[in-house]
Amino acid sequence: MKKITKQTYLKWYEDMLLWRKFEDKLAAVYIQQKVRGFLHLYNGQEAVLAGALHAMELGKDRMITAYRNHVQPIGMGVDPRRVMAELYGKATGTSHGLGGSMHIFSKEKRFHGGHGIVGGQIPLGAGMAFGDKYNNSDAVTLCYFGDGAARQGSLHESFNLAMLWNLPVVFICENNGYAMGTSVARTANHEDIWKLGLGYEMPSEPCDGMDPVAVAKAMDKAISRARKGGGPTFLEMKTYRYRGHSMSDAQKYRTKDEVEEYKKIDPITQVLDVIKSKKYATQKQIDEIDARVKALVKECEQFAEDSPFPEKELMYDAVYEQKDYPFIPHKL
Amino acid sequence: MRTIQFREAIAEAMSEEMRKDERIYLMGEEVAEYNGAYKASKGMLDEFGEKRVIDTPIAELGFAGVAVGSTMTGCRPIVEYMTFNFCLVGIDQIINNAAKIRQMSGGQFPCPIVFRGPTASAGQLAATHSQAFENWFANTPGLKVIVPSNPYDAKGLLKAAIRDDDPVIFMESEQMYGDKGEVPEEEYVLPIGVAEIKREGKDVTIVSFGKIIKEAYKAADELTEEGISCEIIDLRTVRPLDQKTILDSVKKTNRLVILEEAWPFGNISTEITYQVQSQAFDYLDAPVEKINTADTPAPYSPTLLAEWLPNKDDVIKAVKKVLYK
Ligand SMILES: Cc1ncc(C[n+]2csc(CCOP(=O)(O)OP(=O)(O)O)c2C)c(N)n1
Ligand SMILES: [Mg+2]
Repeated sequence: MKKITKQTYLKWYEDMLLWRKFEDKLAAVYIQQKVRGFLHLYNGQEAVLAGALHAMELGKDRMITAYRNHVQPIGMGVDPRRVMAELYGKATGTSHGLGGSMHIFSKEKRFHGGHGIVGGQIPLGAGMAFGDKYNNSDAVTLCYFGDGAARQGSLHESFNLAMLWNLPVVFICENNGYAMGTSVARTANHEDIWKLGLGYEMPSEPCDGMDPVAVAKAMDKAISRARKGGGPTFLEMKTYRYRGHSMSDAQKYRTKDEVEEYKKIDPITQVLDVIKSKKYATQKQIDEIDARVKALVKECEQFAEDSPFPEKELMYDAVYEQKDYPFIPHKL
Repeated sequence: MRTIQFREAIAEAMSEEMRKDERIYLMGEEVAEYNGAYKASKGMLDEFGEKRVIDTPIAELGFAGVAVGSTMTGCRPIVEYMTFNFCLVGIDQIINNAAKIRQMSGGQFPCPIVFRGPTASAGQLAATHSQAFENWFANTPGLKVIVPSNPYDAKGLLKAAIRDDDPVIFMESEQMYGDKGEVPEEEYVLPIGVAEIKREGKDVTIVSFGKIIKEAYKAADELTEEGISCEIIDLRTVRPLDQKTILDSVKKTNRLVILEEAWPFGNISTEITYQVQSQAFDYLDAPVEKINTADTPAPYSPTLLAEWLPNKDDVIKAVKKVLYK
């Protein structure tokens, strides 16, 4: 694995802070109704992404996830301004305003969405791995889904196919404790989601998803295995989401104390503590990072605000590759 | 009369029927402890307990199939989908099992089940969360399909659906749950397969159903000011289709506009258009107009979504077109 150095910690801190503040900004503009639809935020789960990015080969490896998907593409190198613009439904967005909050995509950065149907992306992740293997590439696919999605049949069919065909894929369940208002304990007779892989003899293990170091190590092992032809791995990342499921969630299914407990092991705080105790940065340098992040988030908002809405034609042009597809006429 | 919300009408219909019939249970994601994703089963867990109001994991194929299977042993399930978009994960259980078990078993296994939940768009939820499958289900022999547009109809028709011995698809809308309407305290049941003339008129017939009918009301209000009188028919049930109510109205007004939030190819409007031209051709003074969504997946962007959806202005234009105005 790439060494975890001072630079790694500083990058983790800046990245995770950006993701956190980016999501906070979205929550704020959502209340102002500048962003509409559903809005699912990643706050609390950042270490799962930070650790994975450390182990991935960016530019080669692929990622796919569910609808809690604003910051993953940013981590993979997509311009955050374009992600913000997508949420505003603007022409400069990653899908030119067609996809919105739940559907961020970047072919260039190998971020494959952004999927709103729970569990729907699991077979797609296996399929991306199938394609890379078919094309003799040694790229690895990271396929993310939630604890709720782990109960979909699509998981089982995909696990079996991935093992049967020895596909270069890492399945990652982000167990944040809840699927909307349903705790993991209420969705099965067991709580160890990672064990679902065992029935398929897939290497499977749990991991502390609040700690980027633990995540990086587990991901590195899994990615290396896949890259060397060793097939799939299933990792259950134990993590937590601080905010409600989406913006309309009274959160009666959990206590404030529970949320506070997790904030004590907040991934950003954990990383900052190391930076401070190992003197990886002075307070001044930390303040500079904070200021940079703040400025960038502001810039994202401004960019989204200033961007135009898409042209009407886009609605049609985006549907088919065929340029002159004969759509049924609409509106008199 | 008292006024209640659409969601309360749904909860009342289910609760009243469940009080009378032990065989009925409610199953779905977040229906119990959360009181329903849209609070359409509020209070039901408290009243009926977890044996009969059952939270499921996110496993639409599994729980739909379990519910269908249980009908073969005498249960009468109500399955809630958080939205009908998600039923696609297990639509096999509806189309291949619920709709066919009675026929394939030569009548031995009737399938008294209700699948209910929101249909169609509900704001900027983008392509996978804004779909209307009324016509998919209505195309399937073995199913009945109900799409109410107000609390009164919703309650009376849901009670009928629960009592019905055949599988019923019952489609609501996130955007209607908060709508208020008069619903009597006394018990009533409405017949499946019967449309209702919501407004009488003489110049043109507008047929619609579900939440989009509100655009027809708005259009009719504006048109009244211009001296154009619209008759508005709410289908309420799309399978079986109440052809008589439509035909009688068209024979009176001689003009027909159909408003349906669905993709335009092969939808409910298409079927109505066919029926009317074949059975009332000589009464028509203008070609039938149908108003649907654009022929594309739903876009997220607010400006595109507004373009994609049918609205009252589209209805006004269509009415004027069939009136040659
Ligand atoms: C097939 C399907 N069923 C239901 C939903 C509604 N829904 C959206 S998110 C969600 C909860 C998913 O929880 P989890 O997989 O744990 O992911 P998390 O939100 O915690 O990231 C549900 C039920 C959906 N989008 N798709
Ligand atoms: Mg979850």
